[in-house]
Amino acid sequence: MTVRAVEPGLFRIGDPETEWPSITLIGGWSPTSRLAHFPLLDTCPYTGATDVEERDLGTRGTLWGWTAVTAPPPGYRGHVPYGFGIVELSDGLRVLGRITESDPSLLSFGQPMRLVAEALYTDDDTGDTVITWAFAPGASDRDGVAEGPAA
Amino acid sequence: MSALNRVEVAGIGIHPFGRFDGKSVTRMGVDAVRDALADAGLGGGSPMKPPFQAAFCATAYSGVAAGHKVLGALALTGMPIVDIEAGCASGGAALQLAAGAIAAGQFDCVLVFGIEKMPKGIIRSSFFEPWREEAGLAATPSYFALRAQRLMRERGVTKAHLAEVVVKNRRHGVNNPNAMFRKEVTADEVLASRTVCEPLHLWMLCSPNEGAAAVVLRRARPDANTHRPTITLRAAALRSHLPGSVLGEATPLSGIDDSAIPPASRLAADSAYEAAGLGPDEVDVVECQDTDAARELISYEELRLCAPGEQARLVSDGGVSVGGRRPVNPSGGLLSKGEPLGASALAQVVELVEQLRGTAGPRQVAGATVGLAHTVGRGANACVMIVSR
Repeated sequence: MTVRAVEPGLFRIGDPETEWPSITLIGGWSPTSRLAHFPLLDTCPYTGATDVEERDLGTRGTLWGWTAVTAPPPGYRGHVPYGFGIVELSDGLRVLGRITESDPSLLSFGQPMRLVAEALYTDDDTGDTVITWAFAPGASDRDGVAEGPAA
Repeated sequence: MSALNRVEVAGIGIHPFGRFDGKSVTRMGVDAVRDALADAGLGGGSPMKPPFQAAFCATAYSGVAAGHKVLGALALTGMPIVDIEAGCASGGAALQLAAGAIAAGQFDCVLVFGIEKMPKGIIRSSFFEPWREEAGLAATPSYFALRAQRLMRERGVTKAHLAEVVVKNRRHGVNNPNAMFRKEVTADEVLASRTVCEPLHLWMLCSPNEGAAAVVLRRARPDANTHRPTITLRAAALRSHLPGSVLGEATPLSGIDDSAIPPASRLAADSAYEAAGLGPDEVDVVECQDTDAARELISYEELRLCAPGEQARLVSDGGVSVGGRRPVNPSGGLLSKGEPLGASALAQVVELVEQLRGTAGPRQVAGATVGLAHTVGRGANACVMIVSR
């Protein structure tokens, strides 16, 4: 199985040939504004500083907000229900993304979360599994690695 | 900005909000514009003698030159006609441009109208790149839900309070012949409707739908002998977002600590209060964005109608109901009317003008002299308009 990012430039895939890869989000950092952002831009979105450096974001954080989407929105190519929320990374950056847990009652504010890859759909032309970033509960040592696509 | 005090709302018109199969968005616009011109005493215009010198058409989904099609169907063209898109605040953006042009002396009379015909269900927006839709990061109600959850956590709001907002607005909507939903609901029924995105249930979300609204703005004539109160447009402020908030209507994929970053609605409100030369305590009646029940409670604070954390009490003690201290959404709000994007902000102005004229019937807020309207959405775009008599 080969995996492909839903959009280039958002995250680095550890090893696309492995059964289930680890990923790293590609963010930006401006030494002038001392602030991180995601996805990577050439101008700091908060201050307008242009000294942005590419920077891999941390893969651990805490849960800041969450919900679950129960019906497929227009243009969506994955399963429902799916979790959706915000994780605050250790440097304070709040990143939006999918949450692998789709039952909101099983999640709580501030709980440890880790970055994982999540499968969305299979590309009909290439057979590739199209993946995106997501956050999973837990602070396991195996950061960036999920057991497989969340069912 | 004091020059805006010379701009009057001379006429209003509305096409009911709802579902009108087989009726085009152009025809809905024609109905609203015709009513507004007649209300302003400007009916019977012709291409040779148009009753206004410019027209702004607010719409997000009606396609190219939608305003021209409406005015072409009325044989009222020749003047500049410009379509305006500013998300949910399109109507406010159009009103701001029209009022500014009159205040600047460019025109004496401007027609502002909003039209929309939207499909059922979650609003699809070209704002989001296709990959973001594919990945499930473009579901509008899920963003509303995250804001609602933070409101509940930080401001002592419960799901019962969210249901109370729906109950209030649906009760108001019973008396609005232009609303889509005109049946009262109970809090139990609201909480029993299906969960769309926890904590938001289906009945806590407004329905995108169809409709039109129109307003005639004119340079005020102090010596005019009129049979009804003159309604002055005191302010029409449009603002976009400042960067940083991951929960803001700009819907970025990341954000930073935003506790010191004022949201777009606060920027628009402060700008409008300053332009109008009055404060929130002087506002008698409010029409505010209730795309979902939590949004209305967030708006109370952003518009300085209450201190942080007071919104739950306001909705529970009836202060924001018709008959209360300062009613909010006497029209029934978007939760009763539905939301045709381009028309919704102007329909708020239509409601406020009815309230200030004293012609709102069973929805009437007794003695209202100052009204405030607010919309916020995609962009971010936020507008706040203040009218008085």
